[in-house]
Amino acid sequence: MRKKLIFDSVQLDITLDRLCRQLVENHGDFSESVIIGLQPRGIYLAESIHSRLKKLLKKDVHLGMLDVTFHRDDFRRREIPAKASETKIDFVIEAKKVILIDDVLFTGRTVRSALDAMLSFGRPARVELLVLIDRVHTRDLPISADYVGKAVNTLASQKILVELEAQGSKQNKIWLTTNT
Amino acid sequence: MSKLSQRHLLGIKNITADDIELIFETADNFREVINRPIKKVPSLRDVTIANVFFENSTRTRLSFELAEKRLSADVVNFSASGSSVKKGETLLDTVNNILAMKVDMVVMRHASVGAPHFLSRHITANIVNAGDGTHEHPTQALLDGFTIRQKLGSVAGKKIVLIGDILHSRVALSNIFALKKLGAEVKVCGPLTLIPKYIESLGVTVEPEVSKALAWCDAANVLRIQLERQQLKYFPSLREYTLYYGINRKMLENLDKKIVLMHPGPINRGVELSSDAADSGHSVILDQVENGVAVRMAVLYLLAGATA
Repeated sequence: MRKKLIFDSVQLDITLDRLCRQLVENHGDFSESVIIGLQPRGIYLAESIHSRLKKLLKKDVHLGMLDVTFHRDDFRRREIPAKASETKIDFVIEAKKVILIDDVLFTGRTVRSALDAMLSFGRPARVELLVLIDRVHTRDLPISADYVGKAVNTLASQKILVELEAQGSKQNKIWLTTNT
Repeated sequence: MSKLSQRHLLGIKNITADDIELIFETADNFREVINRPIKKVPSLRDVTIANVFFENSTRTRLSFELAEKRLSADVVNFSASGSSVKKGETLLDTVNNILAMKVDMVVMRHASVGAPHFLSRHITANIVNAGDGTHEHPTQALLDGFTIRQKLGSVAGKKIVLIGDILHSRVALSNIFALKKLGAEVKVCGPLTLIPKYIESLGVTVEPEVSKALAWCDAANVLRIQLERQQLKYFPSLREYTLYYGINRKMLENLDKKIVLMHPGPINRGVELSSDAADSGHSVILDQVENGVAVRMAVLYLLAGATA
């Protein structure tokens, strides 16, 4: 397996900072906006952005986590049913601007499921998508991100490996891996 | 990603502790789903489920039907009364006719022990046993275990007593299997005529006195006297049963700890439980009913999702 580094700790820090400032630019003091991390891996990124936003704005911002397992379109099409994670949205999303956060945007199917799952909690005024890695030219659905950490040209057979300290890794590093 | 070790849920006896844990973890997620403003997910939208009830039921049938509908499955209901069963059709013919209409899963209750096991040898659809005679009622045991886990933090190491008609109760047998697999200590309590002779071979102990049983336990599961299944007289009168084995609020208040009081329903108020006990702070009977929907959603989801 070949590994190519996409993000190291310092670059990641700079990029997350930029993404937060872009969010503040569009959402002001977040009085009408909420952020929701997608389970399982988007929540670490969402938590990191949440704590940065709190520092920037000097106030709390609503943070939720959403599991899309029961809304996936591949149920009964895979050998083993996907295992669900926790959903926790303790605030009202009706008429709010929602920013969905995930680590990697690949086929767009998870985001499609997330849009469906989110509707169980109300009708948001607007939904935006933030991803750390946008894998370009791999989409199965007409879905694109509003905030992108880095756009990466990949083959469908390649994988993005996200190592975050919050997930128990030694250092924040993101790799593009190729099976040889 | 995980899947159950079995294609059917015929009983707790043939599933593993890992299966039970997986069902509980999935049910946690569904409990959250059924408390959302919109309580429905699309997972089973291309799955058709037949609820085939050869025996009366209100709670179980309603709970299964709600679970199926909240998973977006298509549901057909069948009950033996008013059907061709009365005209002499066999069980296998009845079910094969239902399956010919492209049904993917069968939830079945039957008065004969082993009816779902028999069916599982002849049909390909997934089968969920919703009670077979005096044998097993697996989803009830799962929701009881799930409720104990919710109220006491875990099942392992907890002291659970089953009180009442153990002999005729499928809830008792499934509960014993489930609780033992999860590592609980289990006692049974009731008139000795209503306790099976070799019950101790299942790893449980017998406590004939209800006050001692209550003082010992962390949770008590009180069972109904199943008069409809009793061809013999097992005790002199219901009044005497209540006197010796009925539980009232005073008995609960006299304990030096708060126990979890469960009942699978339907309650015969004033017989095994007095009204003031059934409605007391100890009682988690309505939590059991709510958890029943989440647990059944988990079972249906896990069975339907495993294609291999």
